[in-house]
Amino acid sequence: MLGLEKKDFRLLLIVIGLTLFAPIILNPFPAGSEMAQFNAGYPDLMQRFVIFGIFAIGFNILFGLTGYLSFGHAAFLGVGSYSAVWMFKLLSMNVLPAIVLSVIIAGLFSLVIGYISLRRSGIYFSILTLAFAQMSFALAYSVLTPITGGETGLQLALDDPRILGAAQTASGNIPVPALFGLEMRASYEMTVGAWAFTFNVGYYLAALILVLSFYMAIRIFRSPFGLMLRAIKSNQTRMSYTGLNARPYTLAAFVISGMYAGLAGGLMASMDPLAGAERMQWTASGEVVLMTILGGAGTLIGPVLGAGMIKYFENIFSKINSQVLHEWFGFLPDGLENFVVTIIYPFVGKGWHLTLGIVFMLVVIFLPGGLVQGGQKIAAALRRKKTDDANPGATKPAE
Amino acid sequence: MGILEVKGINKRFGGLQALGDVNLSVEENTVHAIIGPNGAGKSTLLNVLVGKLIPDSGSVMFDGQSVLGRKPHEINQMGISRVFQTPEIFTDLTVFENVMIPCFAKRDGAFRMHAVESIFAEKGIRAQAEEMLADVNMLEKRDMVTSSLSRGDKRRLEMAMCLVQDPKLLLLDEPTAGMARADTENTIALLKEIRTKRGITMAIIEHDMNVVFSLAERITVLAQGTPLVEDIPENIKGHPKVREAYLGEAQV
Repeated sequence: MLGLEKKDFRLLLIVIGLTLFAPIILNPFPAGSEMAQFNAGYPDLMQRFVIFGIFAIGFNILFGLTGYLSFGHAAFLGVGSYSAVWMFKLLSMNVLPAIVLSVIIAGLFSLVIGYISLRRSGIYFSILTLAFAQMSFALAYSVLTPITGGETGLQLALDDPRILGAAQTASGNIPVPALFGLEMRASYEMTVGAWAFTFNVGYYLAALILVLSFYMAIRIFRSPFGLMLRAIKSNQTRMSYTGLNARPYTLAAFVISGMYAGLAGGLMASMDPLAGAERMQWTASGEVVLMTILGGAGTLIGPVLGAGMIKYFENIFSKINSQVLHEWFGFLPDGLENFVVTIIYPFVGKGWHLTLGIVFMLVVIFLPGGLVQGGQKIAAALRRKKTDDANPGATKPAE
Repeated sequence: MGILEVKGINKRFGGLQALGDVNLSVEENTVHAIIGPNGAGKSTLLNVLVGKLIPDSGSVMFDGQSVLGRKPHEINQMGISRVFQTPEIFTDLTVFENVMIPCFAKRDGAFRMHAVESIFAEKGIRAQAEEMLADVNMLEKRDMVTSSLSRGDKRRLEMAMCLVQDPKLLLLDEPTAGMARADTENTIALLKEIRTKRGITMAIIEHDMNVVFSLAERITVLAQGTPLVEDIPENIKGHPKVREAYLGEAQV
């Protein structure tokens, strides 16, 4: 199907299903209930899930396949965002040209950085990419202020040219990003009993692009090119003595992953038309590394899962404050309640990084293959159990 | 004119003359062994041949073209494949993938951006790899990850990866070093089989005299960076100069 093996096609279908029904799946608790704060099905967060999913899918093509660990991929994301916002300022509020431009500019940018950084491998490569990203961040923050907006970030203004669209709306406001008139922020609310689901245009555009990105990633993984990338990770000596030039392969992988990052950046700006330098900071580069490793580097679905998990922690787990904890443990006697809350408090709310750190450590130590490996282990255990259950029945007649 | 012509190669490492005026000619369709005591410059010579080291002077011509200054992958594309002392294979991939990679390298050259074609749809390459694996009796191990192979199988696989490219010259760097007796015998048998079946030109660098005399059709003895004698095996065995070079090891 679509040039995919059966197993990969099934995976693609799962991703399509998940993204299609995400507004419902992520809102399992009735609105207004105590658990409603764990609902992640609101447009802003869902957009972030898929956008960072795209970012991580692209990063995985470089890191997961070739083993080259880039610590500067946020730079491409930032460049993508700036390009998209400039497109909104100069051309029109249509997201399509903005996204296309962000991919192209990020691709060119990664070609230059990749060409230089790939002269080294291992830790030196990582440091070079980190240096480039920090330089880009510093430039965007200071010297390049006319292009990047410096500290305040790049924002839309009423006097922007927007040659193919209106500079401002009839009521004198800044227009919003749209796809041929379909506004990104437009949502349709659906209420089923006590549950409320929001279907957002921006989310579905991003989700469609995620599915396409995922499909392309599968094709790359299963192509001769993908095989060569895995060969690079495995043994570069044999690679060159087999008559293959590793450099252009790694550079191509670097540029492809840079373009994915630019795509994510462009989408981010399309959902919320502003871009700031902090998107290029090393913490943002580190985040995508965490996402990929947490989910499972080198696996297809892993990076998407990792991105979802980290963004869920960041946005939902961080909302549990001491008041919420006191409500939860209100049934306990006063002294005990305070004690339990004091113990748990550092791990939730603002301390969500701590919990994420522990989860990350556990995954790296016990599941080096990430969440995907965890899933495989569980599946294998279940299958074993099933055959164990089935076998006694099968052997009984022989007794 | 041999397929590989080495003329007047010199290589110094600081004060050490690793290779001094080395001349060597490997004829097409022969097995040429290069032997010599430790430190004779065998490995240095091999590294010059594959483009890993650049000599201070001299020329290396392969099939009418100079190999000096070319990168290892370019030299491979000219038709020289190399087997390493410890097998160099793609350890995280399956046996079948390992053999497919050289097939792609042979067909598509050093780089090709074939990112959307599926490896499952590459019928020609798959057939070629399968045939090769059947040839070295490894077809039933095709889906094994190579890190779990035995040492003998790793050697066999590496050989298959080189042979599937149908090289004009196969370089072997001490193919039996550190092997148990039985493995050594197996490797000799495998090489003999390759030799008779495919008629491939080979240059072997070897320490083990047993291996050398059961395979080589021509032998060059290297000592202190210079070729001492070059002759057929029968004449090498009792050669006084060779005995002298090997001194204590002179049970040749």
